[in-house]
Amino acid sequence: MGSILNAEHITVEFGGLVAVNDVSFDIPEKGIVSLIGPNGAGKTTFFNILTGLYKPTSGHVMYDGSEITALVPHKIAAGGVARTFQNIRLFGSMTAEENVMVAMHSHLKASLASTILGLPSQRREEKAAREEARALLEFVGIGKTATEFARNLSYGDQRRLEVARALALRPKVLLLDEPTAGMNPQESAVFVEFVHRIRDEKGISILLIEHDMAVVMKVSERITVLDRGEKIAEGTPAEIKSNPRVIEAYLGKGVGAGH
Amino acid sequence: MAISLLKRSKTSGKKKQKSPASARQWAISLTIVAIAIWAFFTYLFDKTPDAVQAWFQVWLPPSTLNESLVWVICALGLNIVVGYAGLLDLGFVAFWAFGGYAAGWFMSGFFHQVNIHFGSMSANTIPGIHLSFWLVMVIAALIAGFFGIIIGAPTLRLKSDYLALVTLGFGEIIPQVFTNGENIGGFNLSNGTKGISPIDAIGVFGKRLGPFDLGWKFLIYFFLAACMVFVSLRIRGGRLGRAWLAIREDELAASMMGVPLMRTKLTAYAVGAFSGGIGGAVYATHVNGIFAERFNFSISIILLAMVVLGGMGNVWGVIVGALLMAWINATGLPAVGDTFNNTFHTQINFPSYNFLLFGGILVLMMLFKRDGLLPEARLKMISHENDDDTSNTGGH
Ligand SMILES: Nc1ncnc2c1ncn2[C@@H]1O[C@H](COP(=O)(O)OP(=O)(O)OP(=O)(O)O)[C@@H](O)[C@H]1O
Ligand SMILES: [Mg+2]
Repeated sequence: MGSILNAEHITVEFGGLVAVNDVSFDIPEKGIVSLIGPNGAGKTTFFNILTGLYKPTSGHVMYDGSEITALVPHKIAAGGVARTFQNIRLFGSMTAEENVMVAMHSHLKASLASTILGLPSQRREEKAAREEARALLEFVGIGKTATEFARNLSYGDQRRLEVARALALRPKVLLLDEPTAGMNPQESAVFVEFVHRIRDEKGISILLIEHDMAVVMKVSERITVLDRGEKIAEGTPAEIKSNPRVIEAYLGKGVGAGH
Repeated sequence: MAISLLKRSKTSGKKKQKSPASARQWAISLTIVAIAIWAFFTYLFDKTPDAVQAWFQVWLPPSTLNESLVWVICALGLNIVVGYAGLLDLGFVAFWAFGGYAAGWFMSGFFHQVNIHFGSMSANTIPGIHLSFWLVMVIAALIAGFFGIIIGAPTLRLKSDYLALVTLGFGEIIPQVFTNGENIGGFNLSNGTKGISPIDAIGVFGKRLGPFDLGWKFLIYFFLAACMVFVSLRIRGGRLGRAWLAIREDELAASMMGVPLMRTKLTAYAVGAFSGGIGGAVYATHVNGIFAERFNFSISIILLAMVVLGGMGNVWGVIVGALLMAWINATGLPAVGDTFNNTFHTQINFPSYNFLLFGGILVLMMLFKRDGLLPEARLKMISHENDDDTSNTGGH
């Protein structure tokens, strides 16, 4: 299987701090892969590189056969690399439905004039967009909240809305930054199923950053481990579980003792 | 139990103010009010007792009504920039000036070297450029919009604090250019501090609206304000309006959702400038002239206060804010001041404190009621009847 997104020798420096050090990484087409590592390992920074928010000090990002390293973020997003945020970043004073529709911006074509005049083409497009947004909200399980302000949703629903909004970009790759943070074990279990549905029903490749080891081990086909900006291991869940470097750097502190 | 009851009554309360009908209801009611006001001042006013007439002259003169509408038009333009897109523009007066001078140039005898007439009610023999009021509206909007793009393109890349500074400077420089524009390399651009006056009468349906046809002008200004409302609401409901709000809420997240920041912000700025141009031209016809010294910083600030007071982004709130503050500025403060001074035999110059008042309003609103008097509450498009019932009984 080919890879849809692939980062080659990425290094990111913030002043003196090397947040990501020569990390290469692949998201296989229609794969579900995870990025794990202790706090401050550079996982979110790596996401920010893939989505164009930060530019790497060195290295390249290839997506769907072309280089996107230097592209502006909105072009990368419109091209099909969607993400959610570790700290939820919804548009609070807009409704759930509108949040989703914002992410359709790049697909919609209506001009300023046709919007003001309310031309039939614009109305049709809006109607279709609204229906698509409703369908996405249903898909993530919060169809009832369509007309609620995002800031009034429960924490769990906000996390779901972030996913629905990202899906509205009609992405080929979905990057989820700690999507189960704040969920209880049952909700997390449901979430694992949900990630599979996204991949299977929509054919989207998924990269997760995740702290919950139960989720990571269940959902991932491959796992990459970062520690202090360095890639220290890569492999299947079984390989990662038994990798001594990983246990030392990461699992030893958390899951090894606790779970 | 009590909680679930309370919840239910809340949702049913919301259901009453339902869907797009309410925007239409607003529009219809306001139109009726406007026509009533027009009919009153045009036909009934002269027949009312002297005491009533005197009262209106003190507390609600027709010229204040017209001026309020000019402010509404401009405030709605600024609302697109500040309220929708969240860009702090402190120099909106510049666009007002461009619009005003467009009216000065193309609706008067100022360019007496030439003799161009098109759709104007003034006699063909009078020198100068005399274009139709409606055409001048378009030209004013285009000139202001053009400068909006020129100034916006480089500055919108900057962080928002810098944007405020640059627009502040822009709002100072442009009026200065007009003030000193009497001799620019031998060319008289603006007639300097003397200004340009009079402005041609507006012509509608073959009727000439001179300086004293306030009732008819009121209707025209109302029509233009209504157009602004219509345009604001339409844009807000579409793709671009959503992108503006998203940028206002969280610029970074918006760009991660495929919204091109520069382009979207620039459109907001240009649409705002466009409206400012129209507002300026309308203002010129209201005061029947263009006077450089009137285009000062206080106009930018008053407009900003109107947008903030009314509720950033909410068109109806901004209208209320604009009407209220325009009235205070033109009539309320002087009238209250006179009454106060007469009663207590003092000699306080109340109008000179308008800045203090508006500045105070801005600060108080920011501290205590950031959403404004009428915060933007979007209406529920579908009823949640069944959902609400199940979730309420299930939840408790
Ligand atoms: N914009 C920035 N400027 C300076 N330093 C940064 C910036 N962003 C991240 N860092 C630093 O880079 C390092 C990696 O941070 P990052 O957020 O990528 O970690 P993470 O693996 O996502 O951690 P967590 O699990 O806590 O989310 C940290 O030391 C952080 O302080
Ligand atoms: Mg992180």
